[in-house]
Amino acid sequence: MTHWEHFTHGADIGVRGIGNTLSEAFEQAALAMTAVICDPALVQATESVTVTCDAPDAEYLLADWLNRLVFEMATRHLLFSHFQVTIQGEQLTATAWGEPVEVARHQPAVEVKGATYTELKVAQTETGEWLAQCIVDV
Amino acid sequence: MDLSRFSKVSDYEWRVEPHGKMRVPAVIFASETLMRDMDEKVFEQVTNVATLPGIVKAAYAMPDAHWGYGFPIGGVAAFDADQGGVVSAGGVGFDISCGVRTLHTGLTLDDIEPVKQRLADTLFARVPAGVGSTGRIHLSAQEMDAMLKGGAQWAVKQGYGEAADLARIEENGCMADAAPHEVSDFAKRRQRDEVGTLGSGNHYLEVQRVMEIFDARIAQAYGLKVGDIVVSIHCGSRGLGHQIGTEFLKRMALSAKDYGIQLPDRELACAPIHSDIGQQYLGAMRAAINCALANRQVITHLTREAFAAVLPQAQLDLLYDVSHNTCKLETHVVDGVQRRLFVHRKGATRAFGPGRSDLPEQYRHVGQPVLIGGSMGTASYILAGCEESESHAFGSACHGAGRAMSRTQATKRWRGRELVDDLARHGILIRSPSLRGVAEEAPGAYKDVSEVVDAADHAGLARKVAKLAPLLCIKG
Repeated sequence: MTHWEHFTHGADIGVRGIGNTLSEAFEQAALAMTAVICDPALVQATESVTVTCDAPDAEYLLADWLNRLVFEMATRHLLFSHFQVTIQGEQLTATAWGEPVEVARHQPAVEVKGATYTELKVAQTETGEWLAQCIVDV
Repeated sequence: MDLSRFSKVSDYEWRVEPHGKMRVPAVIFASETLMRDMDEKVFEQVTNVATLPGIVKAAYAMPDAHWGYGFPIGGVAAFDADQGGVVSAGGVGFDISCGVRTLHTGLTLDDIEPVKQRLADTLFARVPAGVGSTGRIHLSAQEMDAMLKGGAQWAVKQGYGEAADLARIEENGCMADAAPHEVSDFAKRRQRDEVGTLGSGNHYLEVQRVMEIFDARIAQAYGLKVGDIVVSIHCGSRGLGHQIGTEFLKRMALSAKDYGIQLPDRELACAPIHSDIGQQYLGAMRAAINCALANRQVITHLTREAFAAVLPQAQLDLLYDVSHNTCKLETHVVDGVQRRLFVHRKGATRAFGPGRSDLPEQYRHVGQPVLIGGSMGTASYILAGCEESESHAFGSACHGAGRAMSRTQATKRWRGRELVDDLARHGILIRSPSLRGVAEEAPGAYKDVSEVVDAADHAGLARKVAKLAPLLCIKG
């Protein structure tokens, strides 16, 4: 069942995406990261950004993907609510849809500073689902 | 935390002898109560730090230590470059040179009370805070490099603040040997519009009242007495520092094996100081320190403007500015021998004792001001570096309270609106763009900073000088 969740880490927060495929898990992890900032349901998909990342393994790739989104949010002043990810080997190509931050409407609680390697894990579970998680620094 | 693995050196010092791959002991300074409440992860992380090449004396943790990234937050470790010592991006952290500065105002509560609401509104309007906020400064590529090279000195040259401020900032407001060319375009792009912004999370600007003085002699040297109104600013190097941390963490994690370094945890990513990547990181990290110093300097200017509009008689002289996420090359005496060491402080404040030539002249006889931020609505403290602090953890002390519960737990327990109203009833005004942000930063979500400060004092890391209580708080 494709979904996202948060898990606890003292000062910060963990994001976890679960999906039927690796790409879906990455999409859900990104959604979990938006949920750290604000309610994703409040973010309309009016603008899109396309990104690519390369990394030596799936775990570094997850951190790179989330960090790239942190960069795009910070420099374009956007929030994202929809993601489409394609992963081929060491390369990720993705489109993220969202809209510019409106403080009064989105009530963003906190900025994400970066995705970390703490609790960083990308794996297929016994039931065949994919899990992608790490702690994000806020 | 299970204390059976520690030997108790004193009531406030707990030691783990080297075992396994540890090269040196691990030492935690804390009371027994703080030790019992401390996260198990601190044990794992501080003993992991003790395995790194070139580490000198011991891996240390401060009384406010908690689970961090590779290093515990509240971690201190020094490395000798000539003995294979390393520099670690994880050991500095993402928010490079995050820190606190405190300003005098020359005002008392009687001056503030009649205009408190207006002062809060004016500060909130003038100091950009929260997600997506941008400053009034927009830097060109050339200006960016000048800022990264010059720090607070650059800001003063641009008209933000006064030359007299500089002597009261660590490194006189400018970290030497910064290398803006080692800072990526990505990092610079994140900073272009963010100079002079507070950020979010636990960053804040507070107007505070001196509630209590613990050491009259040192308080006098710092110009503090009971009833004084001061302003404290807590923020760091914003997007630029985070991006540098992120990029070098990856590069160091991937290159560690090339240098024969076995990482017990990817977040401990590091590189020999005598290596290309080590030198590149030091240059970029120093540029980020300057970014943080410039940022706090610009915010100081905005704060002065806000006060001038509401309370024109206010005189906002800088007391001091400390950074608590850094790696600095410092001289320390180890076993009677003077050595040049790269001291990492991750969530730890430099706390140099009396006599250090690095200190401003007016504080040199009493030791460095150590500024400890509380959480929104709770006390903050000013301590002083003491002679003993040099012999404990390379002249370092704690930096704050540390969280007692997660953000998720906090939002389940508190509503932002109720917190703001409740604090207002206690005379504390909160201004924040996000009520959820306020709930996540609820005072009850943090540990009691008083206990941490008492432990630092008893352990001899720094001496308690003054306690500050908040009157109004601008939250990012």
